[in-house]
Amino acid sequence: MSGLISDSDRKRRSVRAALGSTQFAIFLGVLVLGLGPILWTVKGGISPTQELLTDPLRLWPSDPDWGILAEAWTNLRIGHFMLNTVILAGGSWLAQIIVSTMAAYALSVLRPRFGTYIYGAVLATLFLPGSVSLVALYLTILDLPLTGGLSIANTPWAVWLPHAAHAFTILLMKRFFDGIPRELFGAAQVDGCGPWRMFFYIVLPMSKPILAVTSLLTLMGAWKDFLWPLVAISDGEAHPISVALPRLAEFSEENMVIAGMFMALMPPVLIFIVFQKYIVRGVGFTGLKG
Amino acid sequence: MTAVLGKRAAERADAGQAPPARRAKGHSYALASAFFLAPMVLVFGYFSWWPIIQSGLLAFQQTNLVDPAAWVGWQNFANLFADPLLGTAVWNTVWFTLLALLFGFPVPIFLAVVMSELRRGGWLFRILVYLPVAVPPVVAVLMWKFFYNADYGLFNGLAGLVGLGPFPWLQDTDWAMPSLVLEATWAGAGGTVLIYIAALTSVPRELYEAAESDGASIWRRVWHILLPQLRGVLLLMLLLQVIGTFQVFTEPFVMTDGGPEDSTVTILLLIYRYAFVYGDFGMAAALSVLLAVVLGLLSAVYLRATKAWSST
Repeated sequence: MSGLISDSDRKRRSVRAALGSTQFAIFLGVLVLGLGPILWTVKGGISPTQELLTDPLRLWPSDPDWGILAEAWTNLRIGHFMLNTVILAGGSWLAQIIVSTMAAYALSVLRPRFGTYIYGAVLATLFLPGSVSLVALYLTILDLPLTGGLSIANTPWAVWLPHAAHAFTILLMKRFFDGIPRELFGAAQVDGCGPWRMFFYIVLPMSKPILAVTSLLTLMGAWKDFLWPLVAISDGEAHPISVALPRLAEFSEENMVIAGMFMALMPPVLIFIVFQKYIVRGVGFTGLKG
Repeated sequence: MTAVLGKRAAERADAGQAPPARRAKGHSYALASAFFLAPMVLVFGYFSWWPIIQSGLLAFQQTNLVDPAAWVGWQNFANLFADPLLGTAVWNTVWFTLLALLFGFPVPIFLAVVMSELRRGGWLFRILVYLPVAVPPVVAVLMWKFFYNADYGLFNGLAGLVGLGPFPWLQDTDWAMPSLVLEATWAGAGGTVLIYIAALTSVPRELYEAAESDGASIWRRVWHILLPQLRGVLLLMLLLQVIGTFQVFTEPFVMTDGGPEDSTVTILLLIYRYAFVYGDFGMAAALSVLLAVVLGLLSAVYLRATKAWSST
């Protein structure tokens, strides 16, 4: 509530009517546009294909067949590809959290002399989106420099490690650590607490809120990933669901594809609904989209 | 590998002078700093800094991944500008960006203002508005491909109810791009709305109250207080949206594959084709460098705007 329209405004009949009807119209709009497409995948996933093609406006199938969902799960191997997504997203999340908490701790608390230069070089990458170095990144994973030709292409590492080089998470994390009172570290030092114990016993336990927000944003981001896994993983069997679905859609029956779409969108949508408070706060504060 | 780089970082850290309070423990701090920074330096070195440098080098090389790369000077750029598809892709990308601004810029502002005035149930609005953002982009695009289908799509079905259509959503060169933008707007607007709502809560209530006691109507309060107070975040979202839409890929790749008749080929789709369809990594890198220059300029504007915003 922002206070643009005051209490005395709201007492006026014309304002109340206009505000009320606008809000109601918008509610209907966001209900149809937000929930509608998701419900459409439910309907499509339990309808016979014939009915989808002849009567696309039908609200509910004449003979709902929930077995189609199970059939798609086995025939299209949705479960297999979703497991690939879980492996890629989970590893990306872990890599990103480890790298960003460690780095932010060093930059914010330990503050080595060259820290500011390294941090500057990290922040500079914020201004060059990953898509412009897509081609060079691909050549890098094909032949890692200084390793004698080691290739991580077509392995999960090719997705996990580049995800860890995410400047924005490091920025968020460092800003949070910067807000921890310095006296705490001074006191810990006097008590003989070294840099290692400070990390595990002071900084990590205090950073639960920021870990929650960055974890959710990272996991949902990794689940949505498309272009990079498409390029980095050539083995169709190892593709995440987002890369596999368009290919499956080419040669599968419509209702099967829609059932697959429904199952692919449920995990991130459920995560969002359950943790919406944190995500809404995170999105609002960071200016980060999705 | 890790050990080598880690040692180098340790030497670097050692060279620095520890603050007086820490001098006694300087060595252990330097070692710890090197240890905690090493993972970040490694992943950024390999997967961010080096690819950025390598893009610049590749743009002047010819490589087919088998023979050693050869320096070819400006040849890649010459080939690029000789490709008639480049102009098409640049124009299509600019067209996508303009349409995305036209469709997607005013709506979230309006939604955010109305949603901010809710006395209860705001959480439900916020969930509904953000739901499309939570749907994975590929699923969203496939979904809209069904909706747009000329024969059994939802949209032509609905248009038919009121006696319109059928419309060639994705089949016509004039229709395809606006159709992609419509989907992208649906998929992206929710995030922007949440950001505006957060920004609206920071507008001081006293401003509205003062204006009201001076007799300013609601519209005048919107025009003279709300919008000026929001101008910083509006400018930032504008730039972020332009930077984002310049890299549009999933929509044209999955929905139309650049068609019909190349009317939805975008810059990133062209980079993808050069590299992963034709195997010409030099030309793909050259186009990447050009895109990077444009995005870098936009980012510079963004940076200046952020500074101007935070100092007001």
